[in-house]
Amino acid sequence: MRIGVPRETRARETRVAATPATVVQLVRLGYDVVVETGAGAASSFPDEAYTEAGARVCDGAQAWQSDVVLRVNPPTTEEIGLLRDGAMLVGLLSPALNPDLVDALARRPITALAMDAVPRISRAQSLDVLSSMANIAGYRAVIEAAHTFGRFFTGQVTAAGKVPPAKVLVAGAGVAGLAAIGAASSLGAIVRATDVRPEVAEQVRSMGGEYVAVPAGEQEVSSDGYAREMGEDFNRRAAVMYAEQAADVDIIITTALIPGKPAPRLLTEEMLASMRPGSVIVDMAAGQGGNVAGSVPDELVVTPHGVSIVGYTDLAGRLPAQASQLYGTNLVNLLKLLTPGKDGKVVLDFDDVVQRSMTVVRDGEKTWPPPPVAVSGAPPAAAGAVAPAAEVAPPKAAPPSRRYALVGLAAALLFLLTGFSPNELIQHVTVFALAVVVGFYVIGHVHHALHTPLMSVTNAISGIIVVGALLQIGRHDAVVTVLAFFAILVASINVFGGFAVTRRMLAMFSRGPAPKGAAR
Amino acid sequence: MTATSAAAAAYIVAALLFILSLAGLSRHETAKAGNTFGIAGMTIALAATIGLATRSLSAAGITLLAVAMIVGAVIGIWRARRVEMTGMPELIAMLHSFVGLAAVLVGWNGYLSVEARGGAQTEIAHSLLGIHSAEVVIGVFIGAVTFTGSIVAFLKLSGRIRSNPLMLPAHNVLNMAALVVFVVLTVLFVAQPNLLLLAGVTALALALGWHLVASIGGGDMPVVVSMLNSYSGWAAAASGFLLGNDLLIITGALVGSSGAYLSYIMCRAMNRSFLSVIAGGFGNEGGTAVDRDYGDHTEITAEDTAELLRDASSVVITPGYGMAVAQAQSAVAELTRKLTDRGVAVRFGIHPVAGRLPGHMNVLLAEAKVPYDIVLEMDEVNDDFDDTSVVLVIGANDTVNPAATEDPGSPIAGMPVLRVWEAENVIVFKRSMNTGYAGVQNPLFFRDNSRMLFGDARERVEDILRAL
Repeated sequence: MRIGVPRETRARETRVAATPATVVQLVRLGYDVVVETGAGAASSFPDEAYTEAGARVCDGAQAWQSDVVLRVNPPTTEEIGLLRDGAMLVGLLSPALNPDLVDALARRPITALAMDAVPRISRAQSLDVLSSMANIAGYRAVIEAAHTFGRFFTGQVTAAGKVPPAKVLVAGAGVAGLAAIGAASSLGAIVRATDVRPEVAEQVRSMGGEYVAVPAGEQEVSSDGYAREMGEDFNRRAAVMYAEQAADVDIIITTALIPGKPAPRLLTEEMLASMRPGSVIVDMAAGQGGNVAGSVPDELVVTPHGVSIVGYTDLAGRLPAQASQLYGTNLVNLLKLLTPGKDGKVVLDFDDVVQRSMTVVRDGEKTWPPPPVAVSGAPPAAAGAVAPAAEVAPPKAAPPSRRYALVGLAAALLFLLTGFSPNELIQHVTVFALAVVVGFYVIGHVHHALHTPLMSVTNAISGIIVVGALLQIGRHDAVVTVLAFFAILVASINVFGGFAVTRRMLAMFSRGPAPKGAAR
Repeated sequence: MTATSAAAAAYIVAALLFILSLAGLSRHETAKAGNTFGIAGMTIALAATIGLATRSLSAAGITLLAVAMIVGAVIGIWRARRVEMTGMPELIAMLHSFVGLAAVLVGWNGYLSVEARGGAQTEIAHSLLGIHSAEVVIGVFIGAVTFTGSIVAFLKLSGRIRSNPLMLPAHNVLNMAALVVFVVLTVLFVAQPNLLLLAGVTALALALGWHLVASIGGGDMPVVVSMLNSYSGWAAAASGFLLGNDLLIITGALVGSSGAYLSYIMCRAMNRSFLSVIAGGFGNEGGTAVDRDYGDHTEITAEDTAELLRDASSVVITPGYGMAVAQAQSAVAELTRKLTDRGVAVRFGIHPVAGRLPGHMNVLLAEAKVPYDIVLEMDEVNDDFDDTSVVLVIGANDTVNPAATEDPGSPIAGMPVLRVWEAENVIVFKRSMNTGYAGVQNPLFFRDNSRMLFGDARERVEDILRAL
C-alpha cells in the first residue's frame, strides 16, 4: 500500500507528518511512501533527504491519492474531496471541537483516525501525540518567556551586583507543565507549580519544581488521567492562591486545558495589575479561549501595567524539526500497530481500544465518540492493588506467649540434662552453649555478599576435627590407626582447601573506582 | 607449664582467633584479615596438637601422620586452585562431606579405643562410660547424615544425578521412623555397647542423610548447602564432646550456628519454613496455579535494548542462576563497564536465594571483576526501582515475580522479591516463555513496561555490546 505525505497548507504551520528518519521505518514496514515536493522545507528536511530515505517526491494530488494519507492538521473541504475512495486519513482532527469536520469526513467512503484521540493508557503512550507535542510546547513556552523577559533566569553574584533568580509559576502540571518546569529550573529559575490534581505533586518535585497546593477542601482524583472542571468553592480558593502567587512571581506559564471544553480562566485583570512591570505570562491555552484575561491567540500583548502576555498557539511548531520528528515517530508507532504482518497492509482492529478510540470515521460511517476507556494509571486501581498486598504477608512470628513457652521448655530441658550429668560434661555444655550464642551474633553481622567466603571459611575451620584424629593415630591397634589416618587425610583437605579457596575468592572482590556523581 | 596445659592454652587462643576470623568476614574491608586470623588459629591449634601427639608416638606413627596431612593438604590446595567459581557449591558440598566422614571415623575410633577394649581401657572412668557411649553414637549419627547428605548434594549440584526431588511414598514418615529407631539404638548401645549396634546406627544415618537431601529439589539447594554446613559444625562439636576437647566444641558450635543462621536467612528469603524445605517437593504439590490470561508479552531486539541503555540514567541488573548457566557474567561485567564509562549509574540487585549457594552471585560477579560496591542486596535496592530507567533481568524468574506480593493465591505469595516492575523499563532475558523453578507463571512478562529479549543470555548481552 502507498502512504502519502502532503504539504501542510495551514498558515504558519511548520511541521510535516514524516521526516526522512520516519520514512525509513515506514518503508521497513512494507509501505511505498510518497512525499509532496517541499513538504519538509519548513522543518529543514529537503526533498533530497526524503528521496535518500526511500520515498518518492511527487506533486500534491498524487500524495492525496494514496491509500493512507498522513497529515498534521485537519484537511480542508477541498482536501477531503481529493481523497480516493477507501483511503485512510490520519491527523490531528480534534473531533470533539470540530463536529462539522467529522460530518464532512463521514460523507466520504473513507476512514479517518484522530491522533489527538489516543486513549491515555500506558500501552498507547508511544502514539500519544498530545504528550509529545505538549512536551515541546512546554519547553518552548519557557524559551519564549525568557526571550521576552528582561532579566536573567538564574541568580548570580557578579562584580556589578547581585542578581536574584527569576520566580516562575507553572499552572497545570500536565506533560506541557512538567516540561516547562524542567526547562525553567534548568535555566536556574525558582519554579513553583500548581495543579488541581494533588497526585502530581511528586512529579512536580521530580522535575525540580515546588508544588503549590490549592488550600484544603475537597480533593480531586483523576480517573482518566486528565484534569476535569472543578466546583465553584474550589475555584474561589484557587483564585485566592493565584492572586497571592501573581504578586510574587516574575513569570507565569499557564497550561490548564479541559478536554472538549473552553480553557478555564485562571488569571483575572486584577491579578495582572498586581504583577510587577516587565513580568511575562505565557498562555498556552490561548487557542482554546485562554487561561489569562486579555490574552490574544498568536499574539504578544503588553498590558498598560507593562506585563507581557504571550498567546502563541504554535509553540510546538516553533521547534519544527523536533516536532516533526516526534509526531512522525508517533505515526510510525501507529502504523506498527495497524500493520501486524509488517507486510505493508493496514488492518484496523476494532477490538483494540486504542484503535477503536482513535477512529472517527470508518468507511464513511461515523464512529465518534468512542465508548469510554477506563484508565488504570490512577490511584483507584493502585489502592485496590495495595490492599491485598498487605494481606499477603501475615506476621510469621509466633505469638509471644508461644515463644515464651518454647524458650521455657528449652531451658527446662537443658536444666534437667545438665542437672543429671557429671561435672565434666557440664563444663563442656557451658562452653558449647556460650559458643553457639557467640556464633549467632558474629554470623548475624556478616555481609550478604560474603556468605560464600563465610561458608568456605567455616568449612576450613570445621576441619579442626583433625585434632581428634591426630590424637588417635598410632594408639592401640592397627584398625584405629588406619581409621585415624583417613580422618586426618580428609580433614586436612578441608583445612587447606577451605582456607585456600577463601583466599582466592576474597582476592577477587575489588572495589570500584570512586563512584562518579550519580552512582549511589 | 606442662605440655598438656600448653596445648590447652593454645586451644583457647585458637578458638578466639576463629571467632575473630568469622567477625572479620562481616565487611569486605576486613574479610582478608579474617581469613588470615583463621589460618593463624588453625596453625596454632595444629602445632599444639601435633606437639602433644608426637610425644608418645613411634617414628612410624609420625610418618603416617605427616603423610596423611601432606596428602590431604596437596589435594585440598589443588582442588581450591582449580575450582571454577560456578563450581563453588559442589566444592563446598564436598568439603562438608569430608567433615562428616572424619566425624564418623573419629567416633568409631572412640568406640574402638574405649568400649571395645572393655575393662582393659584406662582413658575413661567407669562412671562416665555411659555418657561416652552416648557421645559416640550421636557423633557418628550426625557425621554420617552429613556425609551422605553432602555427597548427594554434591552429585545434584554437579549434575551427576537429576536434581528433581525424589518423592518416596510417605517420605516424612520414613524420616521420623529413622529418628525413632536411632533413639532406640542409642539407648541399647549405652546399655550394652557392641559393634553390631554401632554399625546399625551408622548404616541408618547414612541412609537418612541420603534420603533427606535426595528428596529436596534443585532450587532449594542454597538452603540444603547451608543446612549441611550447620550439620558439619554439629558433627565437629559432637566429636569435641566425645574427646573432651573444648576447641572442637567451640569451633563446631560456631560453624553449626553459622550454618543454621544462613539456612534461616535463605528460608526467610523464600518465605518458607525450615521444616517445609526439609519435607521437600516444592512445586510438585498443587503448585500449578490456575492458568490465567495475562495478556501478551512484547519482544524487543538487542539493538533497541542498547538504545534504551544508552539513553538511561540509571540501570539495575538483577541476575539469577540462569546467568551463571549461560556463563554470561563476564559479558555482563563488560556491559557494566561500558555503561559506567558513559556516565550511566549501573548497579546490581541480588536476591538472597539467587545462585546455588548463599552469596554465590556475589562471588561470580566478583570473579568477572564487577566492583563489589555496586552489587547490592535486595533490601538495599528495592526502594530505588521507581527511579530506575532500565532493569535488566538476566536468568532470574521467581525472584522478580510480582505475583508474590500481589496475588495471595499464588504458590509463592509472601516471598520477598525484587520489585523490578516499578522501574520505567524492564528487559527480561529468557530462553523461552517457560515457567521458573517454582512452576509459577510470572505476570511480570506481560506488564506494559516489560520487554522480552529471547535467546541465550550471553549471546544477547554480547549483541547489546556490539550495538553499543
